[in-house]
Amino acid sequence: MKRLLIVPLLFAASPAAGAEYTVLLPQQSSISFVSKQMNVPVEGSFRKFTAQISVDPAKPETGKARIEIDLASIDTGSAEADEEVAGKTWFDTKNNPIASYTSGSIVSTGKQQYEVTGKMTIKGKTLDIKTPFTLKPAGGVLLIEGAFPLRRLDFNIGSGIWADTSVVADEVQIKFSLAVAPAKK
Amino acid sequence: MADHYTRTAVTLHWIIALLIFTAFPLGVYMHDLPLSPDKLRLYSYHKWIGVTIFLLALLRISWRSTHRPPPLPAAMPSWEKFAAHAVHSLLYVLILAIPLSGWLMSSAKGVQTVWFGVLPLPDLVSKDKELGDALKAVHQSFNFLLLGLVIAHVGGALKHHFIEHDDILARMLPFLRNKS
Repeated sequence: MKRLLIVPLLFAASPAAGAEYTVLLPQQSSISFVSKQMNVPVEGSFRKFTAQISVDPAKPETGKARIEIDLASIDTGSAEADEEVAGKTWFDTKNNPIASYTSGSIVSTGKQQYEVTGKMTIKGKTLDIKTPFTLKPAGGVLLIEGAFPLRRLDFNIGSGIWADTSVVADEVQIKFSLAVAPAKK
Repeated sequence: MADHYTRTAVTLHWIIALLIFTAFPLGVYMHDLPLSPDKLRLYSYHKWIGVTIFLLALLRISWRSTHRPPPLPAAMPSWEKFAAHAVHSLLYVLILAIPLSGWLMSSAKGVQTVWFGVLPLPDLVSKDKELGDALKAVHQSFNFLLLGLVIAHVGGALKHHFIEHDDILARMLPFLRNKS
């Protein structure tokens, strides 16, 4: 009797066991950030990014992701600021159009919770970034969500007059929510 | 009925006047600046002054409602009395309405107002570009109206002092009163 109960429970726990999620759904995904200006949190986002992802919810530790963000697609909330941050002192999008992220090792930290160590490259500089994230199934797709702080000056983002962190804080909170569909068979 | 304003009323009048004479030119100057850290700084200072004016205005209006100001000179023609009261009433409305429209505009433009960088004010409206542009127009129109009213208010006070030689200006400026 006990055995009969366990079998369906196992299936319920991992309905997609062995299935790889690889197709990013851009419409349902977002990469946004919160910067602090004069201690006022201001939200922004990137409209365009691509991702090569492969995650198996049954063994997330083997997952891989490479994300490329089109820096010129930034939406800071004002056209004037969008133009400013495309310039040389900020992203210098003419010479550095893309910010890229490549995931490395993934460890489980709790139920549906993980931590990934990856490499972030912006303006020719590559640094290790540690990010907590969650994996949640939601209506046939897998939601990968998390947030981490990034020090903009580590990547020389906002130099010259903008290096003054009393106006724009060094630490920028990056938030991501990626919806990934199963691989097409 | 007293023949002069209370010390509190006089103090509030001049503090608010001083803050308006700071925030107004600052607003005119900063909005055309190219984006820079200084611009962001000035915007914050402008908002902090605005919130301060709003709070002092609330205090002042509640004080005014419990402490009647001295009456206008009996010799004043009634249309002048009416004009003086109308200008005063509108000034009271504007010292609340101008900071309020600025606060709402800031929220609509997606930037919360944080008083002195410490106390966050709630966003009463959510981010909405069209609403933000509309509130900017409202904030500007209110300020043009304020400019006109302040000119009338100051002009009237000076006329009373230098032409009518009455105590209208002196009762708001204690050092003039002490001299006479």
